[in-house]
Amino acid sequence: MNQSKAIIAIKDCSKHFGPVRAVDDISFDIDRGEFFSLLGPSGCGKTTLLRMLAGFEQPSMGNIFIDGQPMAGVPPHHRPTNMVFQNYAIFPHLNVRKNIAYGMRTSGLGRGEINAKVDEMLELIKLPGFGGRAAHQLSGGQRQRVALARALIKKPKVLLLDEPLGALDKKLREEMQLELRLLQRSVGITFVFVTHDQEEALTMSDRIAVMSMGKVLQIETPTRLYEMPNCREVAGFIGSMNFFDGRVSSAAGEAATIDAGPIGQVRGVANGRLKVNKGDAITVAIRPEKINLSNEQPNVGHNVVEGKLGPSTYLGDRSYFYVNVVGLAKPIAVASQNADRATGQHRADQKVWLTWREESVVLLDR
Amino acid sequence: MSIVASKAAKSAAHVHVPSSIMEGRPYGGLFFYAVFYLSFIYIPVLFLPLFSFNDSIYIAFPLKGFTTKWYGEMAASNGLIEALKNSLKVGTAVCIISTIFGVLAAKAMTRYRFPAKGPITGLIMLPFVVPGIILGIALLILTYSMGMELSLFTIAVSHVLLAVPFSMLVLISRMEGFDKNLEEASLDLGEGPWRTFWQVTFPLTLPGIVASLLLCFSVSFDEFILAFFLSGNEATLPIYIWSQLRFPSKLPSVLALGACIFVFSCVLVTFSEWLRRRGVQVKTASSV
Repeated sequence: MNQSKAIIAIKDCSKHFGPVRAVDDISFDIDRGEFFSLLGPSGCGKTTLLRMLAGFEQPSMGNIFIDGQPMAGVPPHHRPTNMVFQNYAIFPHLNVRKNIAYGMRTSGLGRGEINAKVDEMLELIKLPGFGGRAAHQLSGGQRQRVALARALIKKPKVLLLDEPLGALDKKLREEMQLELRLLQRSVGITFVFVTHDQEEALTMSDRIAVMSMGKVLQIETPTRLYEMPNCREVAGFIGSMNFFDGRVSSAAGEAATIDAGPIGQVRGVANGRLKVNKGDAITVAIRPEKINLSNEQPNVGHNVVEGKLGPSTYLGDRSYFYVNVVGLAKPIAVASQNADRATGQHRADQKVWLTWREESVVLLDR
Repeated sequence: MSIVASKAAKSAAHVHVPSSIMEGRPYGGLFFYAVFYLSFIYIPVLFLPLFSFNDSIYIAFPLKGFTTKWYGEMAASNGLIEALKNSLKVGTAVCIISTIFGVLAAKAMTRYRFPAKGPITGLIMLPFVVPGIILGIALLILTYSMGMELSLFTIAVSHVLLAVPFSMLVLISRMEGFDKNLEEASLDLGEGPWRTFWQVTFPLTLPGIVASLLLCFSVSFDEFILAFFLSGNEATLPIYIWSQLRFPSKLPSVLALGACIFVFSCVLVTFSEWLRRRGVQVKTASSV
């Protein structure tokens, strides 16, 4: 038994379907006990990668190790993984109890022990007394729980979840996010969670791998992923972001001043990842909620731009303002908390100043 | 009483929708077309039971009188009973073997990626379109060149060839009808392909399998041309009936038999349709 930190090691993995590279030369590790998310738009290869972990697809190239064991040629029913399917795949001809007990036949346990385990699981998913129900008598959320119990009863080393919350309505989804997270902590099993919902990934994960076009763009904790995206694609996919093109006018270590044309001089910190040299073409990225909107001209020489208030969107807890700046094709998005009661009275074309802090600036390769 | 009333109300509610669509012209051209069409199909068939109770060996109006003696004659005819037994034997073997082949073919078509899938499907479907007489001659030549005796076995083999496409079509639609993930879930939960088939695929395909059994049986049961070419000393029912047509005195008992088969087919079709609908209901309920 290999007790290294990584439970899953993906090494140079590719999957080709004809000319399509669904997964394109991916390598990374997933740690023991981690809640790990694969995040990306549909068609980015995240589900294919998950199916390769489960054994439903074989990599065209490369190898996958689970708990130190190479998985090449190991069929799904011999892998220490279990899966929660997108549509739950509850067996329609079996009742809840038989669904949950389905995988236990191969466990070698007696009927009594299996029954006890099923009861334990029904308790865990908060559906005691539902054992006799038929699959079609369950609601979406209940089906999801049964699918979860059916997989967890096997005590897998890794639980694979393929967008399991996608079919639920918003309220229930948020509830289940929290529940799933708590459940993962209590059972201590590694979860690999596929989702296209960035908010969901941020809420639940220990680490997130952002995927696009079969490649992994960045693997980070939610906070660092949001605060320090490593490329324009990640920055744009996670949350919203204002992008400006610029050129480094002076650089000292990690701190740099960028001449960003219409928004003037921007000071920022290239947090270790990006080497900045004078004269480099660079992208400046700033989150809408990190920009401060004010009616009076602040007395600073950099990280400030003057604009005119455009349309605004009221979202209850916060409002989005769009500020037109001379020379910029797209207005700058600014989010502000509605800490005081919002009046909804903003004059269009009102002159405003936008300011932001040096640490809020993300510098990206162009 | 109240149950009856509520039932009536329910059925009234059911027919109300289409009738409201038709409200403008309840007896339009299409209505007469439908009546004509159904008469065209069923009136000739209904002559069978009608004349099977007629007390005359001549199949002609006016009817002479009511009798059930033809049914007695039918039951007493050894040749007929033998032929019926032969047909049942062949039909049973054919429906089971064809359905097994059909299950395998349908599983391959719906679950696996492999090259030349289209052409292979076409080859399996070929007996659908090849005229029976050509197929019959071809199989006869093959049987002789292989030095085989003509028997019920050769008939059954030819009927399997004919019935597999029917079976495959019925089962493909059934297997496409349920979620592939269910089989993957079973594999994922530790059951191998063999047990997955029996625990998941088979029970979920069962309505299709029963429909296929019934369909293949009826394909075999009334097949004439191939049986005509490939039968040895033992005749199947259609061959026997055909041979009896030369003797006018035997005709009424053949009519009686025809009436029996007709009633039996109606029951069979109703049953298989009921089964299919039940399958559909289970499917729609499970996909909520």
